[in-house]
Amino acid sequence: MKILVVDDFSTMRRIVKNLLRDLGFTNTIEADDGKTALPKLQAGGIDFLVTDWNMPGMTGLDLLKAVRADPKLANMPVLMVTAEAKREQIIMAAQAGVNGYIIKPFTAATLKEKIDKIFERIDG
Amino acid sequence: MNNDIYLDIAKKLVTALEQNDAAASDQLLDELAELHQSQLFKEVGRLTRQLHDTMVNFAEDSKISAIAEHDIPDAKERLKYVITMTEQAANQTLTVVETLVPISEELTIHAKQLAEKWERFLGREMPYDEFKALSGELSQHFKASTDGLSVIQSGLTEILMAQGFQDITGQIIRKVIDVVQDLEESMVGLIRLTGAKKSPAHAVDKIDLPGPIVPGIDDKLGDVANSQDDVDDLLSSLGF
Repeated sequence: MKILVVDDFSTMRRIVKNLLRDLGFTNTIEADDGKTALPKLQAGGIDFLVTDWNMPGMTGLDLLKAVRADPKLANMPVLMVTAEAKREQIIMAAQAGVNGYIIKPFTAATLKEKIDKIFERIDG
Repeated sequence: MNNDIYLDIAKKLVTALEQNDAAASDQLLDELAELHQSQLFKEVGRLTRQLHDTMVNFAEDSKISAIAEHDIPDAKERLKYVITMTEQAANQTLTVVETLVPISEELTIHAKQLAEKWERFLGREMPYDEFKALSGELSQHFKASTDGLSVIQSGLTEILMAQGFQDITGQIIRKVIDVVQDLEESMVGLIRLTGAKKSPAHAVDKIDLPGPIVPGIDDKLGDVANSQDDVDDLLSSLGF
């Protein structure tokens, strides 16, 4: 399982990567916004995308839309981890096809729960 | 525009000077000066009016009052929240470290003591009764290590999570920088009015996203999810 972690703050990427490692996901790569993430996704081999929303260049929402619009990537599970907490935005992300939505600050237990839920659905 | 008048007076002045007519040339010089002054006063009057109009327009268009009334107090609250968040993260980290250090110290001491005894056992220097006691101590140490290390493990995760403040406060500070930038642009506009020929700084691309919720500021309208549970409820109401 190869996971791409996208966030413009390197501290947050490190936190997410460490938490994923604790959960048994050791194969992770990073990108600092949608623009740098998309080519990595298109290059193939990535199974799961964890992305922030508010990033310069290309936001996580635009990245999500680009993923859903690409036939090769359309079915990729996407978990959004963001400080954006307005109801309107959560609905927007849901409509764009996000698989899970976590608001910052979050806990390790929340991350585990959402990831478990996403994979339960995929496996089920 | 008034060249003809000037030229006319100048020609008369040349004639008067050639004829050594001092009285006439003095009078002509006075006329010239008067003409020149009235032009100058007209110009000053025009500039004054222009300055006045610009000042009035500037006061009407200016974002300065909005910045002063709303954005600056708002920015102050945001910065206060940054202090609160960084303080929380520092305390959280320090508390965990203070809990973990004694556990790690105790395990280190025990491991050292047991290692010495174990060496004696390997060197066949240990009577049977003492070995029986040692095997009990070893079992105890294994249990204590397992328990202690699991506490350390979860403490490390807690320290890891505490670092999330950097992302949140970074986003909040970026918003305050935007306010400072707006203020700077308004100030540059004001300075330009006073005659300095400096073009205003270019605004950075504004990100319209609201960003992290600062309690007491961003949650007044009740349109935000205050916790992960709120998010989950909202998503499940949408069929997630």
